[in-house]
Amino acid sequence: MAQVSLNNIRKIYPNGVEAVQQTSFDIADGEFLVLVGPSGCGKSTLLRMIAGLEDITEGELRIGDRVVNHVDPADRDIAMVFQNYALYPHMTVRRNIGYGLKNRKTPADVIAAKVREAAEMLNLTDYLDRKPSQLSGGQRQRVAMGRAVVRDPSLFLFDEPLSNLDAKLRHQMRIEIKALQRRLGVTSVYVTHDQVEAMTMADKIIVLNAGRIEQIGTPSEIYHNPASTFVASFMGAPPMNLLDARFEAGQVRINGGTPLLPASGSGPVTVGIRPEDAELTPEGPLGFDIQIVEELGGHRLLHGQLADQPFTLHVGKEVEARPGAARVNLRPEALRLFDKTTGQAL
Amino acid sequence: MKRAGFTTRWLPILLLLPQLSIIAIFFYWPAAHAVHSSFYLADPFGFGATYVGVDNYADLAGSSEYLKVARFTLIFTLLVTFFSLALALLLAVKADNIIRGAKSYRTLLMWVYAVAPPVAGFIGLIMFNQSWGPLTEAARAIGWDFKLGVNFNDTATAMVLVAVWKQVPVNFIFFLSGLQSIPKPVREAALIDNRSARGRFWDVTFPLLAPTGFFLLIINITYALFDTFGVIDTMVKGEPGNNPMTLVYKVYVDGFRGNDMGGSSAQSVILMLLVLALTIFQFRLIERRIHYT
Ligand SMILES: Nc1ncnc2c1ncn2[C@@H]1O[C@H](COP(=O)(O)OP(=O)(O)OP(=O)(O)O)[C@@H](O)[C@H]1O
Ligand SMILES: [Mg+2]
Repeated sequence: MAQVSLNNIRKIYPNGVEAVQQTSFDIADGEFLVLVGPSGCGKSTLLRMIAGLEDITEGELRIGDRVVNHVDPADRDIAMVFQNYALYPHMTVRRNIGYGLKNRKTPADVIAAKVREAAEMLNLTDYLDRKPSQLSGGQRQRVAMGRAVVRDPSLFLFDEPLSNLDAKLRHQMRIEIKALQRRLGVTSVYVTHDQVEAMTMADKIIVLNAGRIEQIGTPSEIYHNPASTFVASFMGAPPMNLLDARFEAGQVRINGGTPLLPASGSGPVTVGIRPEDAELTPEGPLGFDIQIVEELGGHRLLHGQLADQPFTLHVGKEVEARPGAARVNLRPEALRLFDKTTGQAL
Repeated sequence: MKRAGFTTRWLPILLLLPQLSIIAIFFYWPAAHAVHSSFYLADPFGFGATYVGVDNYADLAGSSEYLKVARFTLIFTLLVTFFSLALALLLAVKADNIIRGAKSYRTLLMWVYAVAPPVAGFIGLIMFNQSWGPLTEAARAIGWDFKLGVNFNDTATAMVLVAVWKQVPVNFIFFLSGLQSIPKPVREAALIDNRSARGRFWDVTFPLLAPTGFFLLIINITYALFDTFGVIDTMVKGEPGNNPMTLVYKVYVDGFRGNDMGGSSAQSVILMLLVLALTIFQFRLIERRIHYT
């Protein structure tokens, strides 16, 4: 178990790409940290620097009480699960799982016992003598997990481990990985571009954008109080609604008139509201032109125009809705204000 | 697996015919001819032949000279194959560490592959020239009085060197592309699992190169046995004398220099059986064992 700290870490690739700008954060002992962001934002680069698979251009990385910038990956006491599992194709499942232990001079009987234990935990006992090519995607995923847990590392690193699985399996493995991490209490860094994975698995989320940290927070903080319009529109499915509005006479007004909430300021402003924080009501102050009703069983999503701007509303299954004119109320306490030009939360 | 079938029986035969006739004319017919003449004693001046049964084979088995050449061929093949593969692997691993995809180095080495065997032999002659060859001088510098074409062991050494030099680039290209086709994450997983570079090589890289290596092993054995003819021919200047030669070269020397068609044919038949054995070995092993995906 270890605490990890990144101090002004920066990565510039030899071709001049600055994949990670100066970044500092700490990961507490036993914490499950998720790095999330769009493709190319530098998530993998950050993770691979922690693993020691990429050089750190600048800054200091600590795992536990050691500075590990120049420590070999094998000596960092970490285990990593790769996107394509990266199993050794010529070794059986048993040897795949045990390989890391064998190189750490663990006695053979201890290896055998640990492999058996890990295999039982991951339902792999029947497959120990198979080669990776004879396993399904989900089973390979489990072997990769087994290879990581069997070593009792002080840090788990995951790089999009579930992105090659189908939706159902992904959901199941998500829960399994989280439960396993809880049980073992190992500090973990998990990279994904899937915001649902981030929300459901994380103790703490870091949202990255173009090599920069947009926000660090718990899933609830990130969801309810996004630090920028980028976070607001990246996290959540469907994302937060963002509307153009103006400060006028001590109020934020939309549509050239309708006051939304009292606030001081001047000029244009972006107002954000989650789809489930607006309600469909005949007395609502704002007109909403419903264009598409998306039926999702447990709830419905209404897509349309509010004050000539795209807007999505989430309603329960008991609320009847059909395309056409309607009226909505935006709960004032759920409204978030962002600077119109920088996108930062006000 | 579902098989696609032809509706008529003649179409497939017709389609195969050109290929089959080429094989028949250039391989089966001469091969049958060789088998046939290996049972005859041909008149050196071309006036007919006498049936002698297996005498030609019996002569070979009893000939100490033939056994000596066979022994040399075995040693030559082992040395050429081993050093061609080992050197190429070493170079490929080193190159893979540094260049990772740079093509110029590869192309540069590939040039050697384009050198025809007799030309390679000729370059060998120049390098080992008795009075001013750079390699002769290098040998002298360490106190080795190198006499190409005179001393048996010196000539053999030069032959092995030239044959290896000519083959290393081919092996290098295959090994390098084999190395580069090992998935990067697999190497990285090994990096985390094993701190020793040597251990990673033998546990992960080498086994994953095995399909390439096995393929090259067969190619190299075949090369050393047969394709080194040009190298040897140039280096012994058609004057076999006391010089080392391989079985293939002896077929040529006995048949065309010694005009012993029967004996030479018997030797060819033995070589054909050798190739057959190699091919069976290759198919058995390559198809069955060394595949991971
Ligand atoms: N080896 C490399 N050399 C040069 N540039 C690189 C290298 N690897 C990544 N990059 C660049 O660095 C940036 C960050 O890449 P990274 O792989 O960290 O993205 P990512 O967030 O993991 O994306 P994805 O979700 O697609 O995996 C990208 O612009 C990428 O093009
Ligand atoms: Mg990535």
